[in-house]
Formats: sequence, structure tokens, C-alpha cells
Amino acid sequence: MIPGPFAYHRPASVKEAVSLLGSLGEDARAIAGGHSLIPMMKLRLASPAHLIDLAGVADLKGIREDGRDVVIGAMTTQHEVIESELLGKKIPILRETSFVIADPQVRYVGTLGGNVANGDPGNDMPAVMMCLNASYHAAGKSGERRIAARDFYQGAYFTALEPGEIVTAIRIPAPAAGHGYAYEKLKRKVGDYATAAAAVVLTMSGGKVTSSSIGLTNVAETPLWAEEAAKILTGSTLDAATVKKAVTAAEAITSPATDSRGPAAYRTKMAGVMLTRALARAKERAGA
Amino acid sequence: MAKSQVSMTVNGKKVEELVEPRMLLIHFLREQLHLTGPHIGCDTSHCGACTIDLDGKSVKSCTVFTVQANGADIRTIEGMAAADGTLHVLQEAFREMHGLQCGFCTPGMITRAYRLLQESKNPTEEEIRLGISGNLCRCTGYQNIVKAIQYAAAKISGVPFQEAAE
Repeated sequence: MIPGPFAYHRPASVKEAVSLLGSLGEDARAIAGGHSLIPMMKLRLASPAHLIDLAGVADLKGIREDGRDVVIGAMTTQHEVIESELLGKKIPILRETSFVIADPQVRYVGTLGGNVANGDPGNDMPAVMMCLNASYHAAGKSGERRIAARDFYQGAYFTALEPGEIVTAIRIPAPAAGHGYAYEKLKRKVGDYATAAAAVVLTMSGGKVTSSSIGLTNVAETPLWAEEAAKILTGSTLDAATVKKAVTAAEAITSPATDSRGPAAYRTKMAGVMLTRALARAKERAGA
Repeated sequence: MAKSQVSMTVNGKKVEELVEPRMLLIHFLREQLHLTGPHIGCDTSHCGACTIDLDGKSVKSCTVFTVQANGADIRTIEGMAAADGTLHVLQEAFREMHGLQCGFCTPGMITRAYRLLQESKNPTEEEIRLGISGNLCRCTGYQNIVKAIQYAAAKISGVPFQEAAE
């Protein structure tokens, strides 16, 4: 399969990248790791006339702490997320999630920025970012702004990004030390998108939940933040009856498509099963 | 579309070529450099037959444009054996352990296993299976491929290879 012809640009700075995107307009696409875009181009489902490769922009790399937040450059690869000691210590759910994305070769190249910005409901990181209350740094011709992950996803491949804007970094408030976490993903095989998946971050004190947050992957047009379900858990010991109530609330906000991964009703149920498992594992990991 | 100049190191040799920006790296390697070891299997970044080593990463060369690899250091299966023809320990291991039948996936398996063993000297069986999970084999059922990688890991570490009891 051979993609359509395009002109290749390799800017060295965010400013240059944004200016290129602005001047070339709708015919231009930014490319990060390219493992979503290049397959689309090979199938000619995408035929940009200009490709703006972000790989040469040094400012888009790196993982750093900024006060209580961790800021991850958009071009950080899934492999680098897995290898990062800082992330492993502060936000270990990211490592757990990266590890179930695609396969080793794809993880060497696929980026965190691409995963969150593409707007594909099958991507795993968006629900995790909603769960963590992350925000995205976006740069465009009118400057920089921050967009909350929970406000970012509007529909399949539709996001709050304006034309000409790129995500430059992901900012995540580090969860409290001793928090419990889990990302549970049901997939048919290695490399597959989720049939359904659930992200959980929670804190416990005296055996009771003091805070919790839940994200769901690939069971709607967008990733989901299950706010009501999380509220039900607060103050509970994660006893079976409360978990069941929360799972019912989470299942209620799903609206998956019936596709090769299964009928809609099955995928909704699997979202519930993934959530139940994620809650159990998060509880095990939570301190006191 | 105007062609772009690219230069890179492939199997230790400097190459400079003109390519269309849309030329995929796998097509460049096979058709322009005549390195037909990396194979086109699925063409959709699933099967891993096109796997090469690029700047210390295992990469599916069907999902990279040649222009993106400008300046890179690349190793394909052709660059594994020594100049005098002595097989790389992984090649020897695949032969000794019958790690292939039709051989189509083998160049990708070996280049992937090469990087895996660079990163993890003594991987467990599970780590090997996860490590090659981006490479499909339709013949062997993977058992002998895993054995071959264990054989190579043992040989590199200088310890005798012991097959696990079946």
C-alpha cells in the first residue's frame, strides 16, 4: 500500500510547527509517532498534501515535575512512559496503561501526545487522563492554552483542538502518595483496541474510600469520565453492594457500538466487569 | 513531488539516496537498497515481518516514511552475521532450536529478539513472549522461537542452555 504524495516538513520548534500548520491550512497534518496516521494514509483514508513531522522539536520531549504536577512532553513515546522512573513512582497507572497499548514495536514509536490528541475512542490514554484530571497544553497561532482532558473529547475524532493547534504537553496532577490504581483492559489479542476498559484511581483512609475517579475506554463515541459512579464509592469500604451500585451507574453512561468486538450490550457489561476488577486491584494497592 | 535527499547508516554502511517523501522505509530498504530480508507481511503494522532496528528501537518499517529515518542508524537481518559469514548467535539459535519453518517471519523475529536481548540480558519466558508479541508466526506455534531466544540469551551470558521440561 502506497500513500498519496505529500510534501514533508520537519520544523525545529513549536513556533515553527504552528506557523507551518497555520499557513498550510487544511491540507496539512501534524505527524507524531505516525502509527495511527500512516496506516490511514496507506489506506488513502487520509491524504494530506503536507506532513509536518514533530520529531525534530526538542521542546516536545521530556518528563518533568512542576510543583505538584508532572508535565510530559507530547512526543514522549509509550516505551519512554514505561521506562520512566519518575512516572513509575508518581503515576504508575500510566506505565500499566502503556504496557497494554499495541505491541513493543509500536510502543517504541507511538507517542502519548498522539494517543490523547487523535480523538480515537479506541485509544487507551484519554480515559486515563480524564480519570487523573489531566490537562493538555495546546499551542496555536493565537498562543498557548490549557484544555482539561474532561472537556477535550467531543466525538469520535472530534476534540477541543482548533484547526492549526497541536498538543505540546500533558499536565497531570500527581495523585496522593499511597493511592490505589488500576487499568483493566479486555482485548481479543495483543495489539487490539479495548472491547472495554476501565481506569481507576482512588485513595483510602481507615479502610474507607476518601476519593476516587473512574475513566472508561471504547464504550462510547468518546472516552468517559464516570463521575456519578465514583461518587457512589466515596465513604464506602468497597463492599460488594456499593461496588455493584457504582458499576450499574458506570454501565448506564456507556453507549458502545456493536462491532467485531461484540454486541453493544456485551461491551457495556464488559465495561462493568473491567471496572469491578479495577476497583478490586486499586483497593489492594491503596495504602490504609 | 520533489524528491528529498536522505542519508543514513544501514548495516554499518553510509547510504545517500533520493526518495519521494511518501516512500515507506520498507520499500526503500527492499527496492532501493535491495535488502530483501525485511519482509512485507500484513502491510498494516500488525505482523512484524518488516521489523528492523532503528536507532536502538525495534520498528515496523512498513509504518515509517524513509524521510523520517533521515540520519538514522539502521540494522536489518542482513547486518546480523559477521563479515566472514559467521552467524549471529540468534541466527545460530534459530537454526539449532528449529525456530522457523517457512522462515517468512524469521528476519523480523531475529531483529526484534536482538533488541529484546540488548535490553534484557536474561528474560523470563513470559518476558520473551511479551517481547515478541508484535511479531506473528503462522507455522511454529512460537514454542521453538521462544526456545531459540532462550538459547541465545544463555549463550550470550556464557551459561549452558537447559530446555525446560515439557
